Amino acid sequence: MKVTLTVNGTEYARDVEPRLLLIHLLRDELGLTGSHWGCDTSNCGACVVWLDDTPVKSCTVLAVMADGHRVLTVEGLANGASLDPVQQGFAHCHGLQCGFCTPGMMLTARWLLNNNPHPSSYQVREAISGQVCRCTGYENIVKAVLWAAEYEAGG
Amino acid sequence: MTGPGVAGQETGAYGAIPRKEDARFVRGQGTFVDDISLPGMLHGAILRSPLAHARIISVDASAALAHPKVEAVLTGADLAGRGLAWMPTLSADVQAVLATDKVRFQGQEVAFVVAQDRYAARDALELIAVEYEPLPPLIDARTALAQDAPLVRDDVPGRADNRVFDWNAGDKTATDAVFATAEVRVGCDMVYPRSHPAPLETCGIVAASDAVTGRLTVWSTSQAPHAHRTLYSVITGLPEHKIRIVSPDIGGGFGSKVPVYPGYLCAIVASMITGRPVKWVEDRSENLMSTAFARDYHMHGEIAATADGRILGVRARVLADHGAFNATAQPAKYPAGFFHIFTGSYDLQAAFCEVTGVYTNKAPGGVAYSCSFRVTEAVYLVERLVDLLARELGMDPAQLRMRNLLRPEQFPYTCPTGWQYDSGDYPRAFALALDLAGYQGLRREQAERRARGEYMGIGISFFTEGVGAGPRAHMDILGLGMADGADLRVHPTGKVVLAISVQTQGQGHETTFAQLVAHELGLTPDDVEVVHGDTDRTPFGLGTYGSRSTPVSGAAAVLAARKVRDRARLVAAATLELSPDDLEWLDGKWRVRGDPDRGAGIAEIAMAAHSSLELPDGVEGHLDASAVYNPPNLTFPFGAYICVTDVDPATGEVTVRRFIAVDDCGVRINPMIVEGQVHRGLADGIGMALMQAIAFDENGNCLGGSFMDYLLPTALECPSPELGATVTPSPHHPVGAKGIGESATVGSPPAVVNSVVDALAPFGVRHADMPLTPANVWRAIQGRPVRPDLAVS
Repeated sequence: MKVTLTVNGTEYARDVEPRLLLIHLLRDELGLTGSHWGCDTSNCGACVVWLDDTPVKSCTVLAVMADGHRVLTVEGLANGASLDPVQQGFAHCHGLQCGFCTPGMMLTARWLLNNNPHPSSYQVREAISGQVCRCTGYENIVKAVLWAAEYEAGG
Repeated sequence: MTGPGVAGQETGAYGAIPRKEDARFVRGQGTFVDDISLPGMLHGAILRSPLAHARIISVDASAALAHPKVEAVLTGADLAGRGLAWMPTLSADVQAVLATDKVRFQGQEVAFVVAQDRYAARDALELIAVEYEPLPPLIDARTALAQDAPLVRDDVPGRADNRVFDWNAGDKTATDAVFATAEVRVGCDMVYPRSHPAPLETCGIVAASDAVTGRLTVWSTSQAPHAHRTLYSVITGLPEHKIRIVSPDIGGGFGSKVPVYPGYLCAIVASMITGRPVKWVEDRSENLMSTAFARDYHMHGEIAATADGRILGVRARVLADHGAFNATAQPAKYPAGFFHIFTGSYDLQAAFCEVTGVYTNKAPGGVAYSCSFRVTEAVYLVERLVDLLARELGMDPAQLRMRNLLRPEQFPYTCPTGWQYDSGDYPRAFALALDLAGYQGLRREQAERRARGEYMGIGISFFTEGVGAGPRAHMDILGLGMADGADLRVHPTGKVVLAISVQTQGQGHETTFAQLVAHELGLTPDDVEVVHGDTDRTPFGLGTYGSRSTPVSGAAAVLAARKVRDRARLVAAATLELSPDDLEWLDGKWRVRGDPDRGAGIAEIAMAAHSSLELPDGVEGHLDASAVYNPPNLTFPFGAYICVTDVDPATGEVTVRRFIAVDDCGVRINPMIVEGQVHRGLADGIGMALMQAIAFDENGNCLGGSFMDYLLPTALECPSPELGATVTPSPHHPVGAKGIGESATVGSPPAVVNSVVDALAPFGVRHADMPLTPANVWRAIQGRPVRPDLAVS
């Protein structure tokens, strides 16, 4: 099936099997390996990307469902050489260790701050509760997101 | 960070600096195994047994081979023809690579398909016809030694039962004598259920065999690339110098990426057969069902004391479920790992433990999940026993612990089972934890809540670990002594490349090791590039697990740096036309004694070493140095943890309200990274104590084969931890550091369980096995506890 989608601002057209998952289109066909595959069952969120303006778990989205839509992955998070405040926050607050869950966590965090620029720590926890990190115990991820919120507020 | 001994530690290059690794990870530019794609690369997939125990009658792969995208299919018979159907494990047993005679656990590897893409490989699995003759499975470890138990390992000639080993430690006679006369004895059966480390990245490999050069290059999720290289050479007969193992970025390991798995070997063989690179990455179900489980210890522990609360001794009988193959990854001399550190942190007269390992029809493994070679099980046992004793005596568990903790003047302390604890100030750490928790206030609050019918628990754990394996005289894996090397290259401009034998799976080696070397050489961490995870570029060593990187490889890096520094002194003396004795190392430079403004730093000296300077004796032309560190002892980090829970008696739901953790891992190179390690381990403890377990039904079906069934803690279950620190340097480590990677995983589960059991005390609950799910807590309240390792009907 023909699929045309815009990933991180660049349009791609591919002929794919109808069953191809979005995560595999991104990783194997487009070479965007920043998004990771972790569980197949929508539990871990290592594969979170944005479909248009909403975070989705790309292991449970068919590539053809993205036809005509925009996708944002971790590779599109920075503005050129300038890191997104969320990316800065993760590095600044030790919000990552192995780095495998990080892209998905950051994309959810970016969405949260776009919709709630001043979240409480509980709201951050709630926002990332559909995703799993095995390294940080989440504490420094929460701090990273709150740091980014403060940074964006001019703090 | 709160606590004595911390302030003023952040000198030189040590301190909480951001990690070098993060620049690539936050941009999505890490390179994990599944990110690697080579020209012409094929994809492998494994056909697994649906049955826990069955004889294989036939395997017919003809239909799969006819699939237009399939390039090859490997069966057990194919591997047998190459002498590769079985491989050695890390515990002197053998494990089937692809089954030839029987399948022995659900999920065991039966065939390997190689196809042009990953979807086609999966499709073709369904075209392989396997005829099985089902056999009765052995699921309950407690029946493994019964006369009529199914025999799991009939592949071993002469084997008549399911016993893997019998092992003991300590003095049985002395311990029995202590128990015979003790005023108080308390015992309890407890299960440390089977769990799984479940790193977010599953296991995988890309194998590329080059028939022309004879080289085999392997990118794999390996915590021990050098050991894997040797093992692959032994298994396949390939010359070891023709094998290169690369561990690229690893998405968490926690011990599960130490062993060699059948999928790795299949991919290697498939690459040799097809002449093309072959990638195999397991899916999550395969990960949970077949690779490195952890724990599965069925324990009976007893503790003896005087009536006024002086602990006299402990003893334990353990049944260890090792699954279908004994594939534990641990020093060969210790079949039960370091379990015999179950004497804990207390001043005991005697201790004795005996462990029997058995085969069952379950996946192999056992030592994984940040367990410090079974210290996890040991700490759980003794810390539960101490709480049971406190209950029996009617004493506060904090008071009982404080009364019995080893005192600072007793170190180095040899425990009744032979471990020599290197250093510790236990009362100081414990007092700090009690203070941070506001312990007395918590007890008052608990009493008030109980009066209102609310169930709040306060659980304590005090742990001692032995990490940093280890002294090569008695610690080896497959005959490879557990020493580690470090190579240091000093470029003419004074920039340094450090190559180490261990590699990071998230622990931040590229930062911590740069700090270690920079600190020794008067450089900044940015001046030091750390090379790791590539056997062609790094010196030999046994890898990252058992919290051994800083204790062993970190020491090697420091020793290499000190050799560089010593050589630099000779060169500096030559440039200054002085005797080396006239120089002293001060503030990061070799300076003239009494005239500290004269001197030179490593960068100037390195350039001088490469210049036309007439070099002094002992300097051949550059400052490069190597070291191998063979630790004289383990390091013994310790800590005091306090967990506050609230239990809803109607639903059995447990909420972890607070977690106070005071850790002492000696000198902290990067306190930020150390705290991150503790955060992770506390989440592990909450997960294991409250939700994680791999159980089986009566047919041997794995009931934890996906993240929908095997529950991991999320941000909503994990509290914001309250950390404290004390610093008691290791006397034998070059910079006084101890391991920290597993402390919290080891120390936190008993704190959580002690807390829940404490909350449930008004119901008369004395013990409840993990995982303390709402259902299991509710059953405990009803007085109907269940076995956590078996399915509940």
